[in-house]
Amino acid sequence: MADDQLSLVFGALADPTRRAILTRLAEGEATVAELAAPFSMSQPAISRHLKVLEHAGLISRSRRATARLSHLEAEPLREVTTWLARYQRFWDESHERLDDLLAALQASPGTGPASGRAATQATQKGNDT
Amino acid sequence: MSKTQITAEPGIPQIIIAREFGAPRDLVYRAHVDPELLVQWLGPRDLATTIDHYDARNGGTWRYTQQDPQGNQYGFHGVFHGDPSLDAIVQTFEFEGAPGHVCLQTVTFAEHGDATLMRTVVAFQSVDDRDQMVASDMERGVRDSGDRLDELFIKLAAA
Repeated sequence: MADDQLSLVFGALADPTRRAILTRLAEGEATVAELAAPFSMSQPAISRHLKVLEHAGLISRSRRATARLSHLEAEPLREVTTWLARYQRFWDESHERLDDLLAALQASPGTGPASGRAATQATQKGNDT
Repeated sequence: MSKTQITAEPGIPQIIIAREFGAPRDLVYRAHVDPELLVQWLGPRDLATTIDHYDARNGGTWRYTQQDPQGNQYGFHGVFHGDPSLDAIVQTFEFEGAPGHVCLQTVTFAEHGDATLMRTVVAFQSVDDRDQMVASDMERGVRDSGDRLDELFIKLAAA
């Protein structure tokens, strides 16, 4: 996904009404009237939100008789997920290792106080699995 | 289910990383300022971290590199602002693959019974910077499953 589209997706997701609309659409397609029902908001106001979501590629719209149906488009959300998943994986794994290290340090007393001021050359130890 | 909470609000150039550790506050702190400890946990297991220097004091600089299994090397460096303490570690962070795009990291440690709640606030120069930094600097294999999508969805809906 291009960076500007990522920004569009994030922008579209910034609004709680739009997130609620996406959550509703995750259950299946819906008309504007159906989407407006849970909100104290006019159908034109909901339509404006749908336009933002459509522009970001998060939904697509089609017609059934006189009603316009909105459908959830999963792909842009998947891209955002991938983006977050990278960051999540980095920190999840770092913190799991920190957990292990803290457990090991607590199990072996006498490791002494912090030596954090030391500007030393350090390389990865072999005991981190 | 992951225990590390990452909050990335749309439209705000910031990421908050929070996690509770079953260890006293001073030990969690020490794992951050002692380079010999830091090198043992920072980054995923398949990245080998080497610390060039790590001078944890006001104005002190740090630099480390991480190497992936394919041999690609990624360098990072920054400066400590104020003497690191149990109250906070404040430092700048710059990925050498994107010079000039600097973020400011503040790590705090809160006592939570016998545990320690660690919270890192990363402030970027812009929303674009945040999105691009994360996208470019960790280009590695990531599971792209429907589960992840569901998780994100729940997170976003609850936000």
